[in-house]
Amino acid sequence: MNPAIQISGLSKHYGELQALQSVDLSIAPGELFGLIGPDGAGKTSLIRILATLLLPTEGTASVLGKDVVKHYRFIRRNMGYMPGRFSLYYDLSVEENISLFATIFGTTLQENYELVREIYSQIEPFKDRKAGALSGGMKQKLALSCALIHRPKVLFLDEPTTGVDAVSRREFWGMLQNLKAHGITILVSTPYMDEAGLCDRIALIQKGNILAVDSPGGIVSQFERPLYAVRAADKYHLLKSLRSYPYAHSAFSFGDSIHYTDQRGAFAPESLLTYLEGQGVKDAQIEPIQAGVEDCFMALMQRHETSH
Amino acid sequence: MRTIRFLLFKEFRQIFRNRAILPLIFVVPIVQLIILANAATYEIKGLKLYWVDHDLSASSRLLYSKFEASSYFEITGTGFDKRAGEAALMRDQADILLEVPSNFERDLMREGSAGIQLLANAVDGVKAGLGTAYAQAVIGGMNVQLLSEQRLPALPTAGGRPAKLDITFSNWFNPHLDYKTFMVPGILALLVTLIGSFLSSMNIVREKELGTIEQINVTPIRKYQFIVGKLMPFWIIALFELAFGLVIAKLLYDIPFVGSLWLLFGFAGLYLLVVLGIGLFISTITETQQQAMFVSWFIMMIFVLMSGMFTAIENMPGWAQQITYLNPIRYFIEVIRMVMLKGASFNDIQWHVGVMAGYALVINALAVWNYRKRLS
Repeated sequence: MNPAIQISGLSKHYGELQALQSVDLSIAPGELFGLIGPDGAGKTSLIRILATLLLPTEGTASVLGKDVVKHYRFIRRNMGYMPGRFSLYYDLSVEENISLFATIFGTTLQENYELVREIYSQIEPFKDRKAGALSGGMKQKLALSCALIHRPKVLFLDEPTTGVDAVSRREFWGMLQNLKAHGITILVSTPYMDEAGLCDRIALIQKGNILAVDSPGGIVSQFERPLYAVRAADKYHLLKSLRSYPYAHSAFSFGDSIHYTDQRGAFAPESLLTYLEGQGVKDAQIEPIQAGVEDCFMALMQRHETSH
Repeated sequence: MRTIRFLLFKEFRQIFRNRAILPLIFVVPIVQLIILANAATYEIKGLKLYWVDHDLSASSRLLYSKFEASSYFEITGTGFDKRAGEAALMRDQADILLEVPSNFERDLMREGSAGIQLLANAVDGVKAGLGTAYAQAVIGGMNVQLLSEQRLPALPTAGGRPAKLDITFSNWFNPHLDYKTFMVPGILALLVTLIGSFLSSMNIVREKELGTIEQINVTPIRKYQFIVGKLMPFWIIALFELAFGLVIAKLLYDIPFVGSLWLLFGFAGLYLLVVLGIGLFISTITETQQQAMFVSWFIMMIFVLMSGMFTAIENMPGWAQQITYLNPIRYFIEVIRMVMLKGASFNDIQWHVGVMAGYALVINALAVWNYRKRLS
């Protein structure tokens, strides 16, 4: 099967700044693909190139088998795009926004109601309200409805869950799973690592480079070293002590604990506790844990930086 | 076509929902026509005159009475000391100081001429210029009277005008030299320009600022559809404003309208293409409404001041007159005055039509070209 999105050797420079550095990526039809990386990693640049809003400096990209530069008209008719910032008309009502985009694409809400029903039905009670007066979660549903109104085959979502509360986020990912069932290829970018597990496959991106592409399980299984969570009351002092430990491989702060890996193959946690006690950290606790996507991301980032 | 119609629909809906713009569309023409038409006049009345008389003769009294009778002057001080008059000038208690020298009457009788000194406060240049001109007219009037009474030898006077020559004149197209007749068409032209340039440029930039243009750009909407959809509402609103303004002008001031209404609206429609083109161009070089506002304001300021509305173009220095050929408002003000007051026909304004058509073509091509370039 031909890939829905094919990217090869894609680079984008803004003057001196390299937003994307020779990116290669292939996304299969019907896949829910996550682009995971921190702010400024190049996620938005990549999505904007695929959405035909930005010209690449080098390399090629195709969506649905068509080149994004040459056949942008075809792509625009067949894709849905939701920018990171809410960009519908604040002074038009929910219904007016929907019918505006439906008309532009030469269709009507009724024609595609079945595809957007699940999402639109949630905001339909407010259809006479101005878009600017909607809550964050409702704005997002409206934007998604507008992006879907013409039955796109591909959907690009640029950080759709940034600035949205936890409940709405979970709901939103549920909607994406349902859209996938309609056979729509979805490329979604997010800075939240916990959302990575909800994708079929993910690409970890940092400073314009793709660090790894795999299923969330595959990414996690790439984590080679045993991982430990270390806790203590004085977290800052703990982190400093861990980083200065001669056998430390990595130590990153995660919530209330510090995730630690050791350089040695046979690592006895007791030796670390003894060391910490010598450093003045008396209440340290240590336990082995399962690595998550974020751990992999940090490890890959560290490896990438030392190899450059 | 369906898309454009729908976009127009959407724009009008947004404009009519905008609480700042809608009232403005109706308030601006009324305020401009009521306030500006009455306030913007070149006539100056009640100039403050300080009178210094060293002669105290019959002739100087005659001159004094002439100034007193003139509605242009108000004698706010008299004295025998020029320095007191100068002090009044300094304190803004007088605009003009007139000094009659001693031996004024004697010189006048004996030599047929005598000097009078006029000192004008030229902080306001227009006032000083008009004030001295009015004063000269009053003094000229006395010359004529003295000549006809044969109190002076019948020699050509300082003005070089033989006393026997009698000039009569009439003011065509504005018989009573009413400034309102002259100003109102100009104000209407400004009104149309204001709507066309400010509102249109801000309207496009607003989409950039809010990011909505991003969502529109990924749809199959063609650039020309978007631009037409954005500019057309202001074309319609500006023509509506012109009609609205003409009605007010007729009701309030009974300004004559001798020419063809169709010709005026036809030309206004063409002129608006130029103004909207300028608005579009401004929107391509700016990112925020604030920037667009500032650039429009700067351009409008120059265009308005050099439009011939406040200062006659013929009075400008040669190089400035050349510049006014680039100013679209100049053409519109000329045409609106010609058509409204003089009843000019299409043949009379051919040249203006040609220039505006060329201008519209160039500015819109430039704007569209710039619009495309910025996008990639």
